[in-house]
Amino acid sequence: MGDVFVLAEHRQGALREVSQEMLTKASALAAELGGSTVAVLLGSGVDSFAETLAGYSDKVLYVDDPLFADYNSEKYQKVLVELINQYKPELFMIGHTTQGVDLAPALAVEMKMPFIADVFDVQVADGKLQPIRQYYQGKVNANFAFKGEAPYLITFREASLEAAEPSKEGQIEKIDSPLKEDIEYRRFVEYLEAEVGDVDITQSEILIAVGRGVKEDKNMAMIEELAAAINADLCGSRAATDAGWLPHDRQVGTSGKTVKPKLYIAIGISGAFQHIAGIKGSKTIVAINRDPDAPIFTVADFAIVDDLFKVVPKMAEKLKELRG
Amino acid sequence: MKTFVCIKRVPDTSEAEVKVDATGKDVDSSKFSFDINDADNYAVEEAVLIKEAKGGTVQVICMGPADADVMIRMALAKGGDSAMRIDDPRINARDPLQSAKALAAAIKGQEFDLVLTGCMSNDDGNMSTGVALAEELGIPHAAMVKKVEVEDGKIKAHRELEGGVIEVVEVTLPAVVTIQTGINEPRYAPIRGIRQAQKKELKVLKIEDLNLSEEEVGAAGSLIEMKEFYIPEVVSTAEIIEGEPEEKAEIMATKLVKGGLL
Repeated sequence: MGDVFVLAEHRQGALREVSQEMLTKASALAAELGGSTVAVLLGSGVDSFAETLAGYSDKVLYVDDPLFADYNSEKYQKVLVELINQYKPELFMIGHTTQGVDLAPALAVEMKMPFIADVFDVQVADGKLQPIRQYYQGKVNANFAFKGEAPYLITFREASLEAAEPSKEGQIEKIDSPLKEDIEYRRFVEYLEAEVGDVDITQSEILIAVGRGVKEDKNMAMIEELAAAINADLCGSRAATDAGWLPHDRQVGTSGKTVKPKLYIAIGISGAFQHIAGIKGSKTIVAINRDPDAPIFTVADFAIVDDLFKVVPKMAEKLKELRG
Repeated sequence: MKTFVCIKRVPDTSEAEVKVDATGKDVDSSKFSFDINDADNYAVEEAVLIKEAKGGTVQVICMGPADADVMIRMALAKGGDSAMRIDDPRINARDPLQSAKALAAAIKGQEFDLVLTGCMSNDDGNMSTGVALAEELGIPHAAMVKKVEVEDGKIKAHRELEGGVIEVVEVTLPAVVTIQTGINEPRYAPIRGIRQAQKKELKVLKIEDLNLSEEEVGAAGSLIEMKEFYIPEVVSTAEIIEGEPEEKAEIMATKLVKGGLL
């Protein structure tokens, strides 16, 4: 008992960082629970991933089979049910990623496992696991307890912590695929690469980003004026690109681009974790938002807590004056 | 195509102050304004687009109080044919697996091809209900979908992955698809539709109507327990610019230019 299992995640020939992040957390939890860590890897031609994972986990359990060449929630679910029944871990961790959210809830229902989604931290109190997650896009935290018997299941938020350096020499065990035949009702077809636009914001030096607080399309004129004053490129949160204020290739965040400008000015962006994950590489972040509790301020270097409609036009005017 | 679309009424807290209420397990929502959940609004539009292209029906399902009727009627005005609202405080709607069980109970036994949900709610953000619902119904699913192509007996769903990469999957019908925002451009309800929506059927259901027992819902029906809500400390190392709005603008502009930040 006390073992913590982690589903390693990979896509298009690359292991995803969330795997190492989860194993880092899993190691700390397993130490407190008196168990060990096991990385579960499903793939085809993934020997090198197994070796990498062994640096982070006491054990790597992996299936190497052409059936798992590409991710498929239905196949993963069938295999994980088998493995969880066989090994009975205390906790099973899956990334709160586009793979994890497509898989974990169905697995939880099938196995009647206590399940908490989008956990960003887990503590151990009196030998019991206490997962913590957010509500209202980061404005409220909630502490949870699992009821009933282990195994317990969580999806763990990406970039909640920094992965440790590899320090283990875990045992690697290759197992036969518990799934023998392909399934028909869900089939992987292909990957399509993200669209490319006129400006590559991943290369921009100065970015002005807009979010829901800008309210409507006509207010973009004011933003464009500010951008013109400092030769900035425009980008935005998911809300801004969904609303059509900017093309989709200007979206910053987990489902969009990761940017690393010298200066990032976030206007009317509250700072959902999906957005913040995409801007951490910025050298200087200026945030303008009228809500002092907006999570964007946790990563900002300069905070303007005020009405953007009063601040932005004046800022554009002053910048033009100063820059002649 | 017979489509169910699941919608939720959620508060807009993007710029609102959020306070924990006296129970310590909920927030004070008395000052919030409410609307249909963002992703659900796109799901409604997608359901109506599919009906317009392929024929069939759109049935709206919502779990929530009578205040949600405004959002339900709006979905009906856009092209929904009828609606069900699950309104029972005995259900623990904070547990996405319990929500999924109740929604599944409302759908089971009816004929359908497709169930659409938003991929995420603005308030709880578990991103779990739709996928759990598929498992409760015993049918396949695709989550976080940015494009749906309806074919004979199956769909091609374009899942939006990290970095904007699209994963195309083929799923046989019936299926559950969780819709990502930005998949379409949600329409405004036409005036005529709004009038017609008032006459469309809206059934209100309790757990007894869903054949769920009291043991299956509420705290007894949840395998997780929320212990407490609290406001996280906003740990900010930011330099806070003080003054009237115009002063703040000038101070910041000056810092950008003189501080070599440009």
